[in-house]
Amino acid sequence: MPPKAPTRPATRSPITSLLKAYSEQTPDRLKFIDAFLVFLMLSGVAQFLYCILVTNYPFNAFLAGFSSNVGQFVLTASLRSQVNPQNRTEFKDVSPERAFADFALGSIVLHFFVFNFLG
Amino acid sequence: MSTAYALPKDLSRATVVNTASLIRIVALSLISGAAIASRLFAVINFESIIHEFDPWFNYRATRVLASKGFYEFWNWFDPTAWYPLGRVVGGTIYPGLMATSGVIYNVLHYFNLPVDIRNICVLLAPGFSALTAWATYMFTKELKDESAGLLAAAFIGIVPGYISRSVAGSYDNEAIAIFLLMFTFYLWIKALKAGSAFFGTCAAVFYFYMVAAWGGYAFITNMIPVHAMVLILMGRYSSRLYVAYSSWYAVGTLSSMQVPFVGFQPVRTSEHMAALGVFGLLQIIAFAQLVRSHVSSKQFNNLLFYGVIVLGVGGVGAVVGLTYAGWIAPWTGRFYSLWDTGYAKKYIPIIASVSEHQPTAWPSFFMDLQLLVFLFPAGVVLCFKELRDEHVFVIIYAIVASYFAGVMVRLMLTLTPCVCVASAIALSTLMDTYIDPVQPEADEDETAQSDAGDSVSGSSATGSISGAAPKKAKKLAAAAVAAPPSANPLAELVGAATGGPRMKKGVWGFDTRFTVLLHTFGMLAFFVMHCTYVTSSAYSSPSVVLASTSPDGSPHIIDDFREAYYWLRQNTKEDAVVMSWWDYGYQIAGMADRPTLVDNNTWNNTHIATVGKAMSSSEEVAYPILRAHDVDYVLVIFGGLLGYSGDDINKFLWMIRIAQGVWPEEVQEANYFTPGGEYRVDERASKIMKESLMYKMSYYRFTELYGANPAQDRVRQQTIPKPSPTLDYLDEAFTSENWIVRIYQVKKEDHLGRDIKSANAFEGGKKRKRGRPAVGRRRAMQ
Repeated sequence: MPPKAPTRPATRSPITSLLKAYSEQTPDRLKFIDAFLVFLMLSGVAQFLYCILVTNYPFNAFLAGFSSNVGQFVLTASLRSQVNPQNRTEFKDVSPERAFADFALGSIVLHFFVFNFLG
Repeated sequence: MSTAYALPKDLSRATVVNTASLIRIVALSLISGAAIASRLFAVINFESIIHEFDPWFNYRATRVLASKGFYEFWNWFDPTAWYPLGRVVGGTIYPGLMATSGVIYNVLHYFNLPVDIRNICVLLAPGFSALTAWATYMFTKELKDESAGLLAAAFIGIVPGYISRSVAGSYDNEAIAIFLLMFTFYLWIKALKAGSAFFGTCAAVFYFYMVAAWGGYAFITNMIPVHAMVLILMGRYSSRLYVAYSSWYAVGTLSSMQVPFVGFQPVRTSEHMAALGVFGLLQIIAFAQLVRSHVSSKQFNNLLFYGVIVLGVGGVGAVVGLTYAGWIAPWTGRFYSLWDTGYAKKYIPIIASVSEHQPTAWPSFFMDLQLLVFLFPAGVVLCFKELRDEHVFVIIYAIVASYFAGVMVRLMLTLTPCVCVASAIALSTLMDTYIDPVQPEADEDETAQSDAGDSVSGSSATGSISGAAPKKAKKLAAAAVAAPPSANPLAELVGAATGGPRMKKGVWGFDTRFTVLLHTFGMLAFFVMHCTYVTSSAYSSPSVVLASTSPDGSPHIIDDFREAYYWLRQNTKEDAVVMSWWDYGYQIAGMADRPTLVDNNTWNNTHIATVGKAMSSSEEVAYPILRAHDVDYVLVIFGGLLGYSGDDINKFLWMIRIAQGVWPEEVQEANYFTPGGEYRVDERASKIMKESLMYKMSYYRFTELYGANPAQDRVRQQTIPKPSPTLDYLDEAFTSENWIVRIYQVKKEDHLGRDIKSANAFEGGKKRKRGRPAVGRRRAMQ
């Protein structure tokens, strides 16, 4: 879902400035999370292409793998926004440690269902 | 600052908090007790049995689960239902209800409390109604405060709109579904408020439980996305919304696909596409927000804004396109008939034939909700006044559920929790306003009025934002400091009555407050009385036994159904196939334990139409159908003797319509009416009507009961013509005491190969017609 850069008129300067601002302003922790997000996205794209181009035969297996990616992606993205220092005002009840525990619990539940669905 | 009535002075804050929580606990347990107790009318008046039609199947499935274990139940293939076809039960039910009872059963047995599975099934709904009251309390607490929560819990504990589907013995999916609905919504609100993935995951897990329990989970699947969408459109997007929605959707959708009956529907059908669409939109918005935080050019933000719109529209277009291309299944008939209310009647008579699928009349709103009907809009308006994120949810819920409850009677059930919550908000705001003891200072006569208005809204606003307990404590502390020494309510009352110099216009005195509150409590007392009355009189009758009163006023129980079902159970072969209209399929399977042709799970319309055709055609046409399906017994319900109106003659038109949908040439509805277009059973009835199997089976030997008097059908109020219909292909096997259930045995083929009609004529001593037979001799032999 996130790759939306190509859809808008790609003027060069905003993108380069965006990348520059990103690499300068983002803490290392968040960059680490972002790397994981990119990996998940690539993995999801690969599975989706396989489904489209080759076969979707064990459809439950495809869905399990793909939703594992998507689910892990959004849970990680949730963790990212919860631990992002800029969002401190929004998440008053959720400390970064709590956010990580939530993330771990969500991932465990998600993968319980993934493995159950994998069949 | 003066007060309207005396307040205790030397109370520590801790005492107040502790007392308040003790009172809450006591109140909640009393509410649970009332919720359980008011559902036991049917058990106490009659006996502890399963009531309607559907619960009999759930009960039967639960017995399999309890006796054979979960895996047997999961893979259960039932060869006795839908006789030639059988039914894969594990893949065609929502197993949540049975699994819940099975867990309770095993837990109780583990603790050496050997309770019969039937009693667990009977008492499951009352038990879960207590949990529903608690879930509603938690939900309303998030919206306003604990006192509103208690009111909402008390409302939903006894409101007839919910009791109607959850009395003891009504072992239906709704029994646990409403608890799960409210608790899922509570967790969703909680997740949204805190932005916590933990509560989002919990909401997803309970959503999974809800999916496993009730087909109405589609309501949650669409309510939460609509709420999120409205929040986005209102410009209230926040990272909390992203966290809550994403964690709910990712875990919830995957988990919902674990239920075999749901399968791949969440990615394949239109009902679930709103959730997917909003999920995608949220990802885009979240990414846009991230980019926006790094770049501050205004033009760039505009571009992003349009990019979001374009992508959103594109996503909707993709969903529509995929639907048209056939990748995504369109709405199912049941769901579609909610939008196009004429759809079911036109195309799917089997949906329209269920009485619960009719539009709701106004009186049933008043009967099911009484006082809450007119508190409900006030509560919604109060939600508008405050309009936090969770209030938006209640407003949407109110609008959507009101519409659905207006379209279909059975969806009153989903409206009821919302009505209780909104009414509790309204009533608790009222009580906050009038119990709040703060009096305005009496300084100037001119400004008193405006002061009054301001402080009312101010106090109610502060009251609902902060939690009740600390608020109360604060208020008490403030009052204790500022309380006037002469704060005796009686003295206050006297002072008000004599018209002291402090008197102002408005509702400030103790007397006026007292009047308003007295009215409120009076209304609430009437609400309790109404609920109890409606529950005991309208909703607590097991449809298995019919209660009537004898002329001397003593109760008289008509137990024909069980009489007949037990006759079938004890006097027929184990594998004797019983044909009846689909309404009685579950009961026959549950009580008589015999294979049935069709049952209440109406998954195969053609099979039902076959039964409808057999019932509505003449014996000659019906007999090959019966033989082809190995039918041994045919069971009809006949209320003509007793005046039981829900009998098969009154349902006959639906059988004809459903059969007509499949065989339009052979069965035509118009043939069953008189030339004047009337549906009659007396001598003016049409010939086809009189020759139909249903007519003959219902009125067989009926006129003999009356001797020389005219035979009167007490449901139709018509006289049955004298020569009673004769049956050639069926034998009367059993007729219950009050003629409600009549069972006929299908004759085997004649030994000599004659067709049964002529064999009967021969044995009856009737002379065979002389002359050339209409068919060749060889053909007649076959």
